[in-house]
Amino acid sequence: MCLAVPAKVMEIDGTTARVDMAGNVREADLTLLPEVRVGDYVLVHAGFAIGAYDEETALATLRDLEEITRASGDEGDAP
Amino acid sequence: MSPQRLSHDAIDGLVRRIEGAIDRVGRPVRLMEVCGTHTMAIFRSGLRTVLPEGLELVSGPGCPVCVTPPAYLDRAIAIARLDGVTIATFGDMIRVPGSAGTLERERARGADVRVVYSTTDALSLARENPARRVVFLAVGFETTAPGLAATALAARREGLENFLLLAAPKLIPPAMEAVLSGGAAIDAFLCPGHVSVIIGSSAYDQVARAHNVPCVVAGFEPPEILLGIAMAAEQLAAGRSEVEIAYRSAVRPEGNARARAVMDEAFEAVDAEWRGLGVIRGSGLALREHLSAMDAAAAIDVELPSPSEPEGCRCGEVLAGLISPSECGLFGVACKPETPVGPCMVSSEGTCAAHFKYGLASGTHGGRS
Repeated sequence: MCLAVPAKVMEIDGTTARVDMAGNVREADLTLLPEVRVGDYVLVHAGFAIGAYDEETALATLRDLEEITRASGDEGDAP
Repeated sequence: MSPQRLSHDAIDGLVRRIEGAIDRVGRPVRLMEVCGTHTMAIFRSGLRTVLPEGLELVSGPGCPVCVTPPAYLDRAIAIARLDGVTIATFGDMIRVPGSAGTLERERARGADVRVVYSTTDALSLARENPARRVVFLAVGFETTAPGLAATALAARREGLENFLLLAAPKLIPPAMEAVLSGGAAIDAFLCPGHVSVIIGSSAYDQVARAHNVPCVVAGFEPPEILLGIAMAAEQLAAGRSEVEIAYRSAVRPEGNARARAVMDEAFEAVDAEWRGLGVIRGSGLALREHLSAMDAAAAIDVELPSPSEPEGCRCGEVLAGLISPSECGLFGVACKPETPVGPCMVSSEGTCAAHFKYGLASGTHGGRS
């Protein structure tokens, strides 16, 4: 029940945004996240944008994990 | 959205990190995933099959439907029976047993019970049906509570007198402390990702410090969960008990202050009853005085049966991390997803439903065994 889905803000009208949630356009209330701008990613839960979602950080975390693995793999392969 | 995928090698790398840390700890480790959404994600992704034997995953009390006590359902059912009342609720709630019956049964008998997907849908129901009183079953944790609060405040601004809340939102950190004081031997917590978007990771400082238990906030994709487990295991191996974030794309130490301010404008902290954990000090939210006119429990007078748990159901002990579902005599026999006896089998995020669906009938909580 605490699932929140990342969505991209397409349009803002007052305290309501139209957001793109993996291809589905939905409305999200911005009362809890008023500083949001068009183009931002937000987490939407039960009709409300509850927090900012940083796409770059999510991707960077994955990249780091790949790099750590490669680095430790290289070490292991060393003679 | 982001391709939350990791190569097989990187997944193996994370699993090796966990194995290495558990080896260094030198004894079996019990890690509680507090949140029901984590429980489901862990089962669905098959993560339990790759985790080392020395790591036991224990599901926690983070399922709002599961921890709602029978007395709350009894009141909702009694209100549903009244003329001119519409009950609006999130889906799982309608199948949760009260002391006698469910909201689903009341609906079959003619009560007006509507399932809504957002709190604002419930508000729309009130606008569209001015002659009826719309009672919204306002349950959930800190992820949901700010939206509930914003909805209540909007209803008051709009003067919607037929919109009421049966309010019982709950707070996660006091429940984590109650789990530890309740006797469950937990070495580390995997903290809920989306609750933490609101309360911030700093909300767990007290739990980590006072109980010397590492707390790691994790996201819900398999790599994020594995990373969270690895960070918790590494803390244990190093003898640390700190609060860390394995979900930096969404969670910050300070959380969402604006959301908490909205929550605070509508609600105040009160002692609250949790199924399985009893009454926990300061763990619930009640409408503040200025919103008392929309408090369904005060505004609507109903007669209630004396609350009772379903006979033989050990859901409470499951929620407290004291037993695994298979240790309950009803599990998989009288109690199945299609004929649930207790709430942990009703909710799609309930521990019993997850264990049943993914075939974990053995006595272990998790881990490769």
